[in-house]
Amino acid sequence: MRLKIRHTTRYQFEAPVHRGLQQLRVTPLAGGNQSVTGWSVEIDQGTKQLEFQDHFGNHVDLIALDTDTQEVTITCGGEVELVENHGVLGRHWGPTPLWLYKRQTDRTKAGVNVRRLARQVEGDSDLDRMHMLKELTADAVAYKTGASEPDWTAEDAVIEGHGVCQDHAHVFIACARVLGLPARYVSGYLMMDDRTDQDAMHAWAEVCLPDLGWVGFDASNRMSPDTRYVRVATGLDYSDAAPVIGTRVGGTGEALSVEIEVAQQQ
Amino acid sequence: MLGKTANGLFWMYRYLERAENTSRLIETGQRMALTRLGSSEAEWKSILQTAGVWHGFEATGEELTKESAIDWLLRSKQNPSSVLMSIEGARQNARLVRTALTLETWEATNACYMKAKELLARKVSERDLPATMGVIRQRTALVRGATHGTMMRNDIYNFARIGTFLERADNTARILDVKYYVLLPSVMSVGSSIDNVQWETILRSVSARGGFRMTYGNQYDPIDIAHFLILDGRMPRSLAFCIRKMRDNLSYLNATYGEVPESSRKIADLEEQYLSRDISAVFDQGLHDYLQAVLSRMSDIGAQIEKDYRFYE
Amino acid sequence: MDQNQVFDEMWGREENLRAPYGLFKSWFDGEEPKRLRAKQREAEELFRLTGITFNVYGQAAAEERLIPFDIVPRIISGLEWQRLSKGIEQRVRAINAFLYDIYHGQEIIKAGRLPERMITDNDAFLPHMIGVQPPGGVYTHIVGIDLVRTDDNQFYVLEDNARTPSGVSYMLENRETMLQMFPELFARNRVQRVENYPSDLRSSLAACAPSVAGSSPTVAVLTPGIYNSAYFEHAFLADQMGVELVEGHDLRVIDGRVAMRTTQGYKPIDVLYRRVDDEFLDPLNFNPDSALGVPGIMDVYRAGGITIANAPGTGIADDKAIYSYMPDIVEFYTGEKALLENVPTWRCSEPDSLAYVLDNLSDLVVKEVHGSGGYGMLIGPTATKKDIAEFRKKLEAKPGNYIAQPTLALSTVPVFTRAGLSPRHVDLRPFVLVSPNKINITPGGLTRVALQKGSLVVNSSQGGGTKDTWVLED
Repeated sequence: MRLKIRHTTRYQFEAPVHRGLQQLRVTPLAGGNQSVTGWSVEIDQGTKQLEFQDHFGNHVDLIALDTDTQEVTITCGGEVELVENHGVLGRHWGPTPLWLYKRQTDRTKAGVNVRRLARQVEGDSDLDRMHMLKELTADAVAYKTGASEPDWTAEDAVIEGHGVCQDHAHVFIACARVLGLPARYVSGYLMMDDRTDQDAMHAWAEVCLPDLGWVGFDASNRMSPDTRYVRVATGLDYSDAAPVIGTRVGGTGEALSVEIEVAQQQ
Repeated sequence: MLGKTANGLFWMYRYLERAENTSRLIETGQRMALTRLGSSEAEWKSILQTAGVWHGFEATGEELTKESAIDWLLRSKQNPSSVLMSIEGARQNARLVRTALTLETWEATNACYMKAKELLARKVSERDLPATMGVIRQRTALVRGATHGTMMRNDIYNFARIGTFLERADNTARILDVKYYVLLPSVMSVGSSIDNVQWETILRSVSARGGFRMTYGNQYDPIDIAHFLILDGRMPRSLAFCIRKMRDNLSYLNATYGEVPESSRKIADLEEQYLSRDISAVFDQGLHDYLQAVLSRMSDIGAQIEKDYRFYE
Repeated sequence: MDQNQVFDEMWGREENLRAPYGLFKSWFDGEEPKRLRAKQREAEELFRLTGITFNVYGQAAAEERLIPFDIVPRIISGLEWQRLSKGIEQRVRAINAFLYDIYHGQEIIKAGRLPERMITDNDAFLPHMIGVQPPGGVYTHIVGIDLVRTDDNQFYVLEDNARTPSGVSYMLENRETMLQMFPELFARNRVQRVENYPSDLRSSLAACAPSVAGSSPTVAVLTPGIYNSAYFEHAFLADQMGVELVEGHDLRVIDGRVAMRTTQGYKPIDVLYRRVDDEFLDPLNFNPDSALGVPGIMDVYRAGGITIANAPGTGIADDKAIYSYMPDIVEFYTGEKALLENVPTWRCSEPDSLAYVLDNLSDLVVKEVHGSGGYGMLIGPTATKKDIAEFRKKLEAKPGNYIAQPTLALSTVPVFTRAGLSPRHVDLRPFVLVSPNKINITPGGLTRVALQKGSLVVNSSQGGGTKDTWVLED
């Protein structure tokens, strides 16, 4: 499958920005079942400073916002060729030690509710158990947009009983780590079958199983990723993999709008 | 050089100059009090005004006496222009720009601060005042001596000098402005002994009695005094002298940096428009108006220097 | 402590004058005590004037205080020093190799020589450094190895300082002061020079510049500012190296580099000798509330645009929990036995060790794994029953936070007192400079001395003083 992606992020500020930097994690990861062609990142009213690979292997662009700007637009896009792997990425590789993915973070800290959920997991194999965890997560946290807060923790989402894909991924990761498995957050694109325009980026989880290696699970859609899923960035939780992380002086009163198109190329 | 360092040098030497100016005012006030009969509160008030610290003092609600005025000028921690706080400010900035100073200059500054802190730890009695002021004058002079004797004549020196002369010009202009009414021609005709005392106060507070006598003899004439303090390029505390020095130092910077920034243009304008006329033109404009205009130009130049040389982010 | 157990570096154990002190002794005997007392006062005046002060942590009024200086030099023979410096060099090489491994393949863990949990549970491990190639392959550009001596030939490493070791300005100023006050001593004794340290530091740092730097790299020192306890040292080193002393707000990321705001605009920095802790270095990547750092500097570093000295994340190598594995670490990376010994250490995280430590608290020194500056430690032999009881509770609550060591009979060196020479316990911090092709150890280092009779605490924050340290040319 070949997907054509175009993603526009626009920040508007009521007060001009005095100075600002943003880390962008918006370039799909090369390797595994993905090959990326002609990917570009363009900035309006900002300047790219540098690029590097972070400690999870993500491609990061650092941009500086123009002084006195009130509107910054980041446009990225290109084509990604995907090979069906049923969500199985295989053996862990790279310098990031596997144990790091067992670390609890602020957002994936296991509280009483997360632990209770994790205890319900059963199955004959790790793979079975993870599929069950995916279902349990989806049952415990109903998918509902606009009713959750972006800074919710896994525990918050279980307590509230609803959330979005980010919350599903956090709950899944928190439980997997309770069960002793390395797990990570994935931020990426999902092509919905019935349309080109997407509301937002998608998020799911990956867990590293002793025999299969890394395997993806999308609790929001109760499935493992297929060729409609494009992996962009990974990390211990959302804060490591978020598409834009920034700091600025000035530029109060931020408004954000996002347009994403994902279409299949014939 | 870092913008921050230029800023630190500028302020280190402004504070040093301020410490000296405030000391001189204390000595002037003390001198006046000794040689006059009757209440001197009004005189002390005008000294505090001259130092630009009257409002701060008034806000404390303290009664104005000779003692309270001297203490406020000399060692109050609430008065940012007191001798002690100025020396502390100079030393704090010296610490900040330590890498730009010679060891001698830094040590002289540090020693000056340690001595001032020791001498001004407690209220200074009237009896000890002359000796204390003497030591402080000596210590600040040592910093100047080390500066002139050991520092390279480069941009470091230029920023130190610009700070010195901006503070000094500001001080002279302020003294004149507080006392401008005693220099007005309409008062001249009176020629009372009170005026003589006022004129002497002015000259004393800028260490200019000797220089004035040398130039004009023993007769005080307010127009001569105004000319001497504003336009006489030989008098090291006159506005003309200080502004010329600032212009010179800015032009050395321009030569080093290879650009002529806005501040240089502004200072040239100031010289041309305000310091190249004769004293009668000053009085025609009105001495107070004239001084206000000069003070506001100087403050604008100070802000422009900050900007041109990136003192702050 | 029983004085007979203690090795004195001037007199040995048997009141036999040791050779390195021979010339000093004959000079001292010919001096009037009154003159020396005057000299001692003069030295203090010199220090005060120069402004060599530090601010004491944990005290409300940040008064600047002097570290007391003692005029009797601590003297080490050339041969002793040769042996020591070999051990130091070996250890510093191992520390750098360890850091590379920990942030790349973690072979030492895979080989079973270091338990994984020593890293996984360790806050000093900085994930942002994973996979990063520091310019020139150097992690610890400046290292201080704290040594203590217990006998003629017995030195122990007390701790490694691989983050931002301080105190080198005292080493230099102590020598400068001695040269000014007692020139005749240096005419008699051939003392190895320490004065080259600042220029060595500059060239060592420049040799680690990133590939984007030109032929003459721009070096700068980053300080938290004038209120930091070691500000004097930061200014001193910048001054002596002839480089700019910058604060976070002087710097920003411009054109992909970290640049400093000069009177003529922004100028890129190639090598930043930072005296700001990792946590405060970059509010974009670490503590967002830090006003001391530079947003994005870590990104410039990861993109190869700047050298940060020491590299972020080096704290994992001087962590007290890792310390007890140093002999294994040295062996693993150099293939040789460690030349310098560690102080025997009980890791309270291990149940058997904990039991032993709890049984012997009154004989042991117990330290917090992450503490520094002599705070939060128990010195068993001098502690009261109440201190011990209180510490026992802390230890039982969080054993993993502590390690314990025997109280060593630290060597003594005489100090000059009203009553003449009198022995006091000392330690030694040699300073090591690391560049891609060279490890440079300044002969001697900083000798810290516990000025209170019998005290073993040499930290300046707890009443310790310093001495000039001589290594003789043999």
